[in-house]
Amino acid sequence: MLSFSPFLGYSFQEIQSILVMQGFAGLSLFSVLLLMALGLAIIFGQMGVVNLAHGEFMALGAYMVYLCSQIVQDHFPSLAPYYFVIAIVIAFFVAGLVGALVEWTMIRFLYRRPLDTLLATWGLSLIMQQAFRSIFGAREVTPTLPEWLMGSFKPTENIDIPINGVFVMALSLFMVGAVTFFMFRSRMGLHMRATVQNRAMSGAVGINTALVDRLTFALGCGIAGVAGAAFTTIGSTGPDSGSRYIVDTFLVVVFGGAANMIGTIVSSFGIAQAQSVSEFFLEGTMGKVTTLMVIVLILMIRPQGLFPSKVRS
Amino acid sequence: MKSILRKFLGGREGAVGIALLALIVFAVLPMTLDIFRLNLVGKYLTYGFVAVGLVLLWGNSGVLSLGQGIFFGLGGYCIAMFLKLEASSPANTAIQSTPGIPDFMDWNQITHLPAIWVPFRSLPFALLAVILLPTLIAFIVGAAMFKRRVGGVYFAVITQALALILSLGIDGNQGLTGGRNGITDLRTLWGWDIRTQSAQYVLYYVCGALLIGCILISRWVLSTRMGRLLLAIKDREDRVRFSGYDVASFKVFAFSLSAAMCGIGGAMFVLQVGFISPSLVGIVPSIEMVIYAAVGGKMSLLGAVYGTLAVNTGKSLFSENFPQLWPFFMGGLFIAVVMLFPNGIAGVWQSMRVRFIQLRHSAKRAPALASAPSAPTPLLEGSEV
Amino acid sequence: MSNEKEPLLTIEDLTVSFDGFKAVDGLNFSMDRNELRVIIGPNGAGKTTVLDLICGKTRATGGKILFKDRELRGMPEHKIVRFGIGRKFQTPSIYENLTVFENLEISYPSGHSVFGCLAFRRTPEVIERIESVAEAVFLKEMLEIEGAFLSHGQKQWLEIGMLLMQEPELLMLDEPVAGMSPAERERTGDLLQRICKNRAILIIEHDMEFVQRIAHKVTVLHLGKILAEGSMAEIQSNERVQDVYLGH
Repeated sequence: MLSFSPFLGYSFQEIQSILVMQGFAGLSLFSVLLLMALGLAIIFGQMGVVNLAHGEFMALGAYMVYLCSQIVQDHFPSLAPYYFVIAIVIAFFVAGLVGALVEWTMIRFLYRRPLDTLLATWGLSLIMQQAFRSIFGAREVTPTLPEWLMGSFKPTENIDIPINGVFVMALSLFMVGAVTFFMFRSRMGLHMRATVQNRAMSGAVGINTALVDRLTFALGCGIAGVAGAAFTTIGSTGPDSGSRYIVDTFLVVVFGGAANMIGTIVSSFGIAQAQSVSEFFLEGTMGKVTTLMVIVLILMIRPQGLFPSKVRS
Repeated sequence: MKSILRKFLGGREGAVGIALLALIVFAVLPMTLDIFRLNLVGKYLTYGFVAVGLVLLWGNSGVLSLGQGIFFGLGGYCIAMFLKLEASSPANTAIQSTPGIPDFMDWNQITHLPAIWVPFRSLPFALLAVILLPTLIAFIVGAAMFKRRVGGVYFAVITQALALILSLGIDGNQGLTGGRNGITDLRTLWGWDIRTQSAQYVLYYVCGALLIGCILISRWVLSTRMGRLLLAIKDREDRVRFSGYDVASFKVFAFSLSAAMCGIGGAMFVLQVGFISPSLVGIVPSIEMVIYAAVGGKMSLLGAVYGTLAVNTGKSLFSENFPQLWPFFMGGLFIAVVMLFPNGIAGVWQSMRVRFIQLRHSAKRAPALASAPSAPTPLLEGSEV
Repeated sequence: MSNEKEPLLTIEDLTVSFDGFKAVDGLNFSMDRNELRVIIGPNGAGKTTVLDLICGKTRATGGKILFKDRELRGMPEHKIVRFGIGRKFQTPSIYENLTVFENLEISYPSGHSVFGCLAFRRTPEVIERIESVAEAVFLKEMLEIEGAFLSHGQKQWLEIGMLLMQEPELLMLDEPVAGMSPAERERTGDLLQRICKNRAILIIEHDMEFVQRIAHKVTVLHLGKILAEGSMAEIQSNERVQDVYLGH
């Protein structure tokens, strides 16, 4: 991630440029947060399940991309420019499969016990983190990114827009679009929404609610996997990379109103930008601290978030 | 006399439980362990304060806080500040650019003691702060959230965020708080050297006594109408409002009381271990402390203490021999407790006892039991282990 | 201190709308002390909503609710309870992990604050009152049983008992005999008639036989408004009521 020294000593034009670039850094963060929040909102907003291991599914996706990168480098060097997109797809499916497995072995017993799912998924995150440590090592790794993702383009002399940032944002918006389409236009999406709103009736009309639950959870995890793939373009991956974003992601989801696509988008944008800008003006961690504090204060005053669902319970 | 027995000790059975714990803590362990390991047990006992608080808050009121490290840390930092100031006398710090202030402030080119540190020159103030500061923060945070009916998962995640905020805040302000390294190199408490072996023995016993004191206080609270009310809130919070109670104020009470206990634990930690750092304040330690209560039994005060000792002993055994396996084991513990042993070891113990009693009863009077509902021993009557 | 001749409960122009749907629409309603009123009506008429509005569970969007001359709108639920209104819910709502005795004890109308609870003592007076209420609701033998192990009918009785402990001036019961056997219904009917003295009772019910036996006055609700009001005989012969609800 970009780091900056105090802004005194820069000209006004330079500060403008810095803010634009910082804004773009914020956009990369926004994209990752958005993807994470999307997956989590589906799981939490739709199913009421709290997945504290969500960050680890992101890391899983990132590690899958890394693995693909290593395999391609060692065995199929000619595929180097093309592998990345395939790796993203692989990340999605691997994370989704692991998610389905987790749902089958653990989550499905805990649906009416949200506090217990908190603790159980925390345990899962510990296990996954250690598994990453054992398999991939404790040091951070980066996949070899393809040529076309490197570099930047310069609209003006002072502004440097990294291509990977643009790619990541495009990826996120694509995923949001794809998921929205899936949830609201496809048959399975309809089944998913029906199961959440009225489980008994859905079962009575022949929807296999257990399978729907599994797929919903797997979808949420798969999206986290894609977030991980996106993450590899802006940072290196270590066993605890996931835990870095989990609190932020939760706050994004809760802040946005949990049940709501637009809320999630607005919320992740706002929080990412706030963090990015405040990181510039305040030193290091204090930027994050301030952002978090503001969010928590707002949540204490307005616990239902920005766009609460107005359903009569 | 009998009612005191019932309230504080939980009946004859409860008294036996406390006596057993006291025996183990005050006699068995000091006699069988060397001072180094005893000091370790003392450290584990300080985590026990948090676990006991969680029995009140989580087991009995149904409120899961993933941020108890906040209060543990606040209590620890309060006493650490006093001890650090004492250790940073002008004589001890003569080689600093500014003598008389803690070393980390000197490294950060700070030239006079920040205002927030000044009151901690006084021991009475520091001791009061150890209990009152966590209580006050819990009161404010709890009131803000419970009055707005923020509960369950939302509350848990926000406490997590608060723990993160505090640990990052401490971490990022080395000049004020000692930063990531924390406050170290503590020497004397009002002239008494806390690093000597004899001091460690004394502190161990003080810690044990305070912990048992917290258990007795919790027992008392749970034996009053408050105890039944907290259980009712855990069961059916909305209904309790319609019984005429302001639910928020009870949750605030439980939260504040548990915070006070965490603060005491934090202070005893600093006195026995000799330092405090943000690593005891953040998300990871806070959730870990939850597992101590969960393993021991979140409905059982004594169980929580045993759970803390067990998990921490396991942790250091694993770290000595198979450090890579510990996170797998701990993760598995979280999952196992949630899915298989929701009331921890104490819960397993309790259900074994109930089944044993039922077997004995049914052996004695088989025919008469046909019509009456087979109700197991009421959960609350003197069954607190 | 309040005028004996004034109605105990007065509702004026009460409205509540959920996203445009008016569950209760300009309702006007009043009750006297010592009156046993039954509200009947088809499903969705707004009956439970009216109880929700009075006890504070739902916020009204317009109108007035006056109880003992004080406006109830905006009062927090627990204050409304302490002010003298008790509510029994449609599905039995007792504390499952407490015994019958403890359920009743919690409802004892003193020591409701934090420190009051810590200081509350189980005096002989308290115990006596709990035992007499338990006897009144047919649960004297079950005092040490945990709520979870009671039958459906017994849970309903326990809930009524909890309400009696609170000594409310207005008792609101939402389908008190739902799910009960005929024998249980008869006992409950006797119980309600006995406790009717010195307090007002508002009941929502569907069982017409039960209503006929106990009601002084009946109010019929339809689409959030009052359709008809009067004695049971008047209601039963009212054509509109027959069309909408009772059948011919």
